[in-house]
Amino acid sequence: MPRTLFEKIWQQHVIVDKGNEALLYIDRNLLHDGAFHAFGALAKEGRKVRKPRQSLATADHYVPTSGREKGLANVIDTDAREMIRLFDVNGAEHGIRCFGMNHPQQGIVHVIGPETGFTQPGITLTCGDSHTSTHGAMGAYAFGIGASQLKQVLATQCLWQRRPKTLRITVDGKLGAGVSGKDVVLAIIAKIGTAGGTGHVIEYAGSVFRAMAMEGRLTVCNMSIEAGARAGMIAPDDTTFQYLAGREYAPKGGQWDEALAMWRVLPTDDGAVFDHEVSLDGNAIEPTITWGTTPEEALPVSAVIPDPASFADANKRAHAESALRYMDLKPGTRLTDIEIDRVFIGTCTNGRLDDLRAAAAVLKGRKVTVQGWVSPGSTQVKRDAEAEGLHRIFEEAGLEWRASGCSGCAAMNGDFVPPGMRAASTSNRNFEGRQGKGARTHLMSPAMAAAAAITGRVTDVRKLMS
Amino acid sequence: MEPFTQLSAVAAPFGMANIDTDKIIPARFLRKLRTVEKGYDPWLFYDMRFDTDGNERPDFILNQTPWRKTGIIVAGPNFGCGSSREGAAYAMLDWGIRCVVAPSFGDIHYANEIQNGMLPAILAEEHCAVLRAQLQASPGTSLSIDLASQTITGPDGKCYHFQIDSVYKERLLKGLNDVGLVLQELPAIEAFENKHFARMPWLA
Repeated sequence: MPRTLFEKIWQQHVIVDKGNEALLYIDRNLLHDGAFHAFGALAKEGRKVRKPRQSLATADHYVPTSGREKGLANVIDTDAREMIRLFDVNGAEHGIRCFGMNHPQQGIVHVIGPETGFTQPGITLTCGDSHTSTHGAMGAYAFGIGASQLKQVLATQCLWQRRPKTLRITVDGKLGAGVSGKDVVLAIIAKIGTAGGTGHVIEYAGSVFRAMAMEGRLTVCNMSIEAGARAGMIAPDDTTFQYLAGREYAPKGGQWDEALAMWRVLPTDDGAVFDHEVSLDGNAIEPTITWGTTPEEALPVSAVIPDPASFADANKRAHAESALRYMDLKPGTRLTDIEIDRVFIGTCTNGRLDDLRAAAAVLKGRKVTVQGWVSPGSTQVKRDAEAEGLHRIFEEAGLEWRASGCSGCAAMNGDFVPPGMRAASTSNRNFEGRQGKGARTHLMSPAMAAAAAITGRVTDVRKLMS
Repeated sequence: MEPFTQLSAVAAPFGMANIDTDKIIPARFLRKLRTVEKGYDPWLFYDMRFDTDGNERPDFILNQTPWRKTGIIVAGPNFGCGSSREGAAYAMLDWGIRCVVAPSFGDIHYANEIQNGMLPAILAEEHCAVLRAQLQASPGTSLSIDLASQTITGPDGKCYHFQIDSVYKERLLKGLNDVGLVLQELPAIEAFENKHFARMPWLA
């Protein structure tokens, strides 16, 4: 019987099948500096980490993005300092590989997984973070869990789980110039809604994803959770294998060939059936930004702010009314008339080398008119970007070039958008208060954020490209 | 974990859709240690409860006298979407909220409620809307919930059947700990690992 990519991975990892629930084996687990609740619970129950080598840890949520070469003592926020300290202590105590604040491989957890080859096709992967869906871009089944389930994975390397339903989203066509993975995923979420994927694993299929580089695929899968999906996946192909080859934790030599043979048969079989199917026309996708306070409140940059009264669904209408109040926006306003106060480029969504290249291409030889900063997705991305001179383009344009971390996306490390200020942000959530209390967020691609930085307002980047 | 069987408590209507976990507990409080003496309740819905000067917002429902002892929330669709932070469940539980009734939940938050012995009861939006209107009309009214029969009794005595997966229902009724449930299967896990890693030794 033809099977989907997800079904193949699921079946290879079920230890006990009770029909309505299965005991699932977790190949790999990623940890970050917010994992202290799970370690605390583990200690309280007197349990040990069962398979420390199957976990990898990096400090990202609480680390400052400037001045950290001066060490932990220089972290002014005492709570954050304690988080970073606990991270190192917990890692050492349980024998887990740890990329601490000043480690050369430190980075955002969802950037370093693929970057080190820790994330591979066909595996199950967990992390105590909702954006774990990112890793599905490598052809893995990867999903976010809370602290209690993280404790279980650490203690047992397994989870009881209900089998999710499957949703295939097919985007065929060819993306226009200035249109990226971020625009595609925002267009998808605008169409299916923030709960459109709830209880499902999404497989992204079609010529748009086949033609997309790994970085773009990672961006798309990253935001699967913003459509409510447990995971997002893309079939592994030569793009995936070329990306992975030679990376630190990828199989080597004869094992690489064995792995490759297994990975090549993972893609969904012809005729496999999904619980639901959705399709979009890739040719029609424009640069897309959010105007409201949930990622589904997104529109092409050429649009105007909608009138909530025009929404048929009462819940959506009420949400839009509240969102416009919070965002201080009026129906009928052109998106390109929205003025921006801050720009933030980086994150697990858009902090990879390709993302920084796209922003730098727009900024080259230009000056920004608003304050902003760039935080590379990992210390490796930072080194690679500097080797290409991208940091000089950002700095000469007037943006700050910082160290790697979650920074202004989680706004837990001292980087935030001040109250009432409006940010053009390459992050993943435009929730009220997400980037700081009272901060107003417009999600967009790195190229669109760069364009907004130059003009001081939401701008169609295609107008700056010719 | 404390078993969940029945609950009768003041219920608060939260009509808005997509109440994300950043709203339930803003990220800046997740660094707080949680102890028996000092729970997460002070941070619950913090930016909705308090203004920028730290004063209570009188229009926020949990600041209004009848709802200060809320033990149940009746919400709109997609409750608890967004971040995986279990702090959202901790904050509600420490406040005294042990049940959220909603037409749908964010997946990760749903699991987090179960893991903390809370009941995420799924009830059709049309019924949730009726309950919310009734609760709004008579502030401080209680709802009664019985997990075994999967029923919610409204202020007017009307009984609604809610959905919960049978495996989660059993866990809640018995207060079972998932780590214990997994470790019962240790021989099967070890046998699986031997086979799995013989096939893919690079993953071990």
